[in-house]
Amino acid sequence: QPSFEAYFTEILLCKNELNGTLNNLSHWMKDEHVDKNLVTQLDSAFIRKDPYGVVLIIAPWNYPIHLFLVPLIGAIAAGNCVVVKPSETTKNSERLVAEMLSCYLDNDCFAVVTASVQETTRLLENKFDYIFFTGTPSVGRIIMTAAAKHLTPVTLELGGKNPCYVSDTCDVQNVAQRVAWGRFFNAGQTCIAPDYILCSVEMQEKLMPALREAITEFFGSNPRESPDFGRIVGDKQFRRVRALLCSGRVAIGGQTDEKERYIAPTVLADVLPSDPAMQEEIFGPILPIVVVANMDEAIDFINARPRPLAIYAFSCDSKVVNQVLERTSSGGFCGNDTLMHVTLTSLPFGGIGSSGLGKYHGKFTFDTFSHHRGCLHRNMGLEALNALRYPPYTQQKLGLLTATFEIKRKGMCTLL
Amino acid sequence: MEKMQQVVGRARAAFNSGRCRSLEFRLQQLKALERMVQEKEKEILAAIKADLHKCGHNAYSHELLGVLGELALAMDKLPSWAAPQPVKKNLLTMRDEAYICPEPLGVVLIIGAWNYPFVLVMQPLIGAIAAGNAVVVKPSEISENTARLVADLLPQYLDRELYPVVTGGVPETTELLTQRFDHILYTGNSAVGKIVMAAAAKHLTPVTLELGGKSPCYIDKDCDLAVACRRITWGKYMNCGQTCIAPDYILCDPSIQSKVVENIKAALQEFYGEDVKSSPDYERIINKRHFKRIVGLLEGQKIAHGGQTDEASCFIAPTILTDVSPESKVMEEEIFGPVLPILTVKSVDEAIEFINRREKPLALYVFSNNKKLIKRVISQTSSGGVTGNDVIMHFFLSTLPFGGVGNSGMGAYHGKHSFETFSHRRACLIKDLKMEGTNKLRYPPSSQKKVDWAKFFLLKRFNKGRMGLAILALLGIVAAVVIKVSFT
Repeated sequence: QPSFEAYFTEILLCKNELNGTLNNLSHWMKDEHVDKNLVTQLDSAFIRKDPYGVVLIIAPWNYPIHLFLVPLIGAIAAGNCVVVKPSETTKNSERLVAEMLSCYLDNDCFAVVTASVQETTRLLENKFDYIFFTGTPSVGRIIMTAAAKHLTPVTLELGGKNPCYVSDTCDVQNVAQRVAWGRFFNAGQTCIAPDYILCSVEMQEKLMPALREAITEFFGSNPRESPDFGRIVGDKQFRRVRALLCSGRVAIGGQTDEKERYIAPTVLADVLPSDPAMQEEIFGPILPIVVVANMDEAIDFINARPRPLAIYAFSCDSKVVNQVLERTSSGGFCGNDTLMHVTLTSLPFGGIGSSGLGKYHGKFTFDTFSHHRGCLHRNMGLEALNALRYPPYTQQKLGLLTATFEIKRKGMCTLL
Repeated sequence: MEKMQQVVGRARAAFNSGRCRSLEFRLQQLKALERMVQEKEKEILAAIKADLHKCGHNAYSHELLGVLGELALAMDKLPSWAAPQPVKKNLLTMRDEAYICPEPLGVVLIIGAWNYPFVLVMQPLIGAIAAGNAVVVKPSEISENTARLVADLLPQYLDRELYPVVTGGVPETTELLTQRFDHILYTGNSAVGKIVMAAAAKHLTPVTLELGGKSPCYIDKDCDLAVACRRITWGKYMNCGQTCIAPDYILCDPSIQSKVVENIKAALQEFYGEDVKSSPDYERIINKRHFKRIVGLLEGQKIAHGGQTDEASCFIAPTILTDVSPESKVMEEEIFGPVLPILTVKSVDEAIEFINRREKPLALYVFSNNKKLIKRVISQTSSGGVTGNDVIMHFFLSTLPFGGVGNSGMGAYHGKHSFETFSHRRACLIKDLKMEGTNKLRYPPSSQKKVDWAKFFLLKRFNKGRMGLAILALLGIVAAVVIKVSFT
């Protein structure tokens, strides 16, 4: 990973989360008093934030520090003990995490487990009080099935193919820069990267030179020599991504080098829905463009597929952006840019359907790892008021009870 | 069975048509439900009576009152619940629109239970409709009269494609669970909860599991025993003990055990009279299987009160057991019947330890005049919910989330929590296509200057208290101009 990108995601964003949590924790932890009804007016009613117990965090390889650290911050903030299982694919980070955490955190409460796939399967046989998993939908299913055996609640941050609709009315150069940045960041190995573009054939024509210019501006004429362009994490993943190149026609890039696991920033034109690049989440520096006639066709295309982690829509016309937002469903949405919605910690980050279950970032992480316990602390006195609910039951008691429990509706007549 | 696939497929097609998304439509359906409860009150009460031998007043106050309350709340609050919520922005997103948009999940499955057969299907249904979903309702086949009634009534009042009712037992439910849903809310026991979650895992379907457990009830020496015992008696023996949040067993000091028994006996007399069996206010066990199960728990126990049973009518008298051993059968499973074991503990610490050695319960009760003691018990234990100095009542306050933890469940609902359970909170950030200047600092090629700017924008807290918004906006524009100049 290029050092600026690494600094941005692994250090800066994490520091942001830490600061936010440290600043707000005492407020988040407080019992949340709730509105009461007539019967409970004299009681104390509040929601307590209890820790779950022992939490398991399983992190993936693409942002190996960020994706275990941010959940860890929330889990600790919520008062849990945590077992961290970093990805075995990024061996250096895995080792670092194991060494680091034991130096800075309580060794009994917070442990790191380094494990292969088989060992992780055994790990999952243990009972945890919460499991937080970031990875692919297929492994997500395995995790949730294992969690079901112990009735362990889960948060699954998965993935999918994030569509990026570009309308005909837009500032082409800005679009190209923002999309190229989002696509080629970390050599495309980002769960919320724009996976493919949907646009008209005219827009495809206009985008091509703009994308070429953006790529050159970012990485120079030979991206292989740029210190700011990443590599694919492993040989298996390299071969998988390389196989996706035979889709549509290579308009920009396409060069690869197996030794370095280098795949050039690539744009594929005229890609068909049946092409290999459209069958799975790309997770590499390849940007297919699929041509659609208009916005309605783009929306239908998106809705015919599993709901993604993110949807992007670019247009100078805010009505277009809003239409795409309203007529589709996804984990999150960003209009006129890519990736940025996850840097705002007041927005929940998570998927829907096969792109995931649950959410985190900011206070949402704290809430994810705490059990919201409803508490009612009643008065021992005033027993006479309770008489209404005790047998023997009479019509009169019922009448009074109805009056005390019923919630009055205000001004509803006009609406209906 | 093709049938399940068709029913769910139709609901999904109906959802995809978009008609259940508008607020007007949702409110119209909720209003229809309200009409149903009001117009068919007699039929509903009769069905519940046939299933549980529950008198009309009881059924009304336990089931219908709550449903009407939830309906009124949902109809009143829906516009505000469904509105997009703007969120706090940082320096980088100051000029953008950032908000959370609540959206429907899609097709929701609600599996009801037999003990409160109407409300346990209706309350989740209200939340699911309010959130804009299509809903497949599967009432419990064990409370067959209510199940049949729900299957009859819902199509008469609600959109038939969007809200189908599926009836049947284990084979039908198993088949139903092979279909893909966008959320499943199940009320029942932990064993089946695991099966539901495992089935949901195949489709990565989020679940809310309202399960059960043994809800402990600690009575401190320092408390008004007459009041405490009356409240406990009410909560324990309502619905013949078949309540997921009934106080399952009592923990108290040996010195007050006999007083507790006396007080409960007095309350029972007050409630049901000399001959409980002839009281119209006392329910029956749902069926022979559960009857036999509960009677089995009495074996070898010291019966301080009650113990009479009649298999033909599934009647079990309100029963109290004393000096119960923690290893006995009655302490192994959730009782779900009118049998109240009392276990003695020498201190509140012993009680806390006892509770913590077991699975986390759905509810926890503690009675004491000492507020600090109550706070301590709450903070040193874990449970779905808590009521101090009473039982059951936290269920009736819809601003409190109702749900379990650990073995007693996951997720919560009631009131606004139902709406949130059945919605997806979608993060939305809408930026300007212009103003590319500020974006330049994130694009390659990288440089130390860019790193420093990034730190400035991301790490500085957006503190409205210290600087006026205007000054910050000015700073932002100046920064954008400076960056544009330095990087072009």
